[in-house]
Amino acid sequence: MENNELVPVRHFCVTHQIEWSFIESLQQYGLVEFTRIEEEWFLHENQLTDIEKMVRLHYDLDINVEGIEVIGHLLQKLQAAQWQNQQLQNRLRLYENTTGA
Amino acid sequence: MAFIDYYQVLGVDKNADAETIKKAYRKLARKHHPDLNPNDKEAHKKFQQINEANEVLSDPEKRKKYDQYGKDWQHAEQFEQARQSQGGGRAYQGGDPFGGSGFEADDEAFSSFFNSMFGEQAGRGRQAKFKGQDFNAELRLSLRDAYTTQQQTLTVNGKNVRITIPAGVENGQVIKLKGYGAPGRNGGPAGDLYITFNIPNEPNMKRAGNDLYMNTDIDLYTAVLGGETTIDTYSGKLKLKIAAGTQNGTQVRLKGKGFPVYKKEGQFGDLYVIFNVLLPVQLSEKQKELFSQLAALK
Repeated sequence: MENNELVPVRHFCVTHQIEWSFIESLQQYGLVEFTRIEEEWFLHENQLTDIEKMVRLHYDLDINVEGIEVIGHLLQKLQAAQWQNQQLQNRLRLYENTTGA
Repeated sequence: MAFIDYYQVLGVDKNADAETIKKAYRKLARKHHPDLNPNDKEAHKKFQQINEANEVLSDPEKRKKYDQYGKDWQHAEQFEQARQSQGGGRAYQGGDPFGGSGFEADDEAFSSFFNSMFGEQAGRGRQAKFKGQDFNAELRLSLRDAYTTQQQTLTVNGKNVRITIPAGVENGQVIKLKGYGAPGRNGGPAGDLYITFNIPNEPNMKRAGNDLYMNTDIDLYTAVLGGETTIDTYSGKLKLKIAAGTQNGTQVRLKGKGFPVYKKEGQFGDLYVIFNVLLPVQLSEKQKELFSQLAALK
């Protein structure tokens, strides 16, 4: 980390032992955004968690960028469904006699 | 410390070659990977097992050692010595609010079986993480506590963390504490701590969204003739008028007396009071006579 908010892409690639071309392809698919300052490309810190997830999917599970994009959409849907499910469970507790969680 | 059959975990034969093991690992990892199974503790646990099995079986040296001593590891002197020289598990104890569960590190923890055979550091592979691992924890709050903003001090990794829990937090809601996860690697930032709130309903007070539902008993005479009752709410005692002829199960809505809306100061849901009419029991002779007279007037 070279400052609190921006991480140089080359630094990210080195520490994660990944190729520049992979991050570049994520950028081409609109899955990450680069910030350019002078001649250096940077990633914003708030993208790191998502990018690291994409790195794991690609390098640990052999999933290509198209697959990562699809997974991203499905995970968003899954998380929305999980949240909705939690809300419904909370409403359902109204009709339960027990005090369980 | 139970013996773990790594071949069984990966679903491969004991004579499986490296390619078969790799394929089996990839197939199972795609199914149980934590990134693909958010908020699924079972999948996380399964993935740890798969990872551990792969860590051993994909490394010829470790596999050899495992094959040689695996089943009889308890009798192998060197394993016993290794076990004795190492510490216990890696639990992160929280304060009282965490009840018995405490913190559970959600990292790629290896089983004590693995650690006794290969050492604590043996499982650290390719993953040169930039950011530290995230931790997950559960925090139990009473419904009454969740009604007001709470200050809590938790112990995470030996550090005291003072957190503010805004009023109106919901059962199952997750909040993120940035930087309170595992330390980062290669100078990267620490992971985050995710706290899931467990807020059970109370026998007499239940919550649905921002509304509260409260049961209150009234006697038959008040229900028939009307009157007043005092109810004990989270914001204090409230006097409530009861209309004559109130039926059992009647619901009265008190606008703005429900639960605070999360992070919206001054906004509240509604409180629904449900009347439970109690019939008199053990009637005296006089009462029975009067009820009989009432019945005759019907």
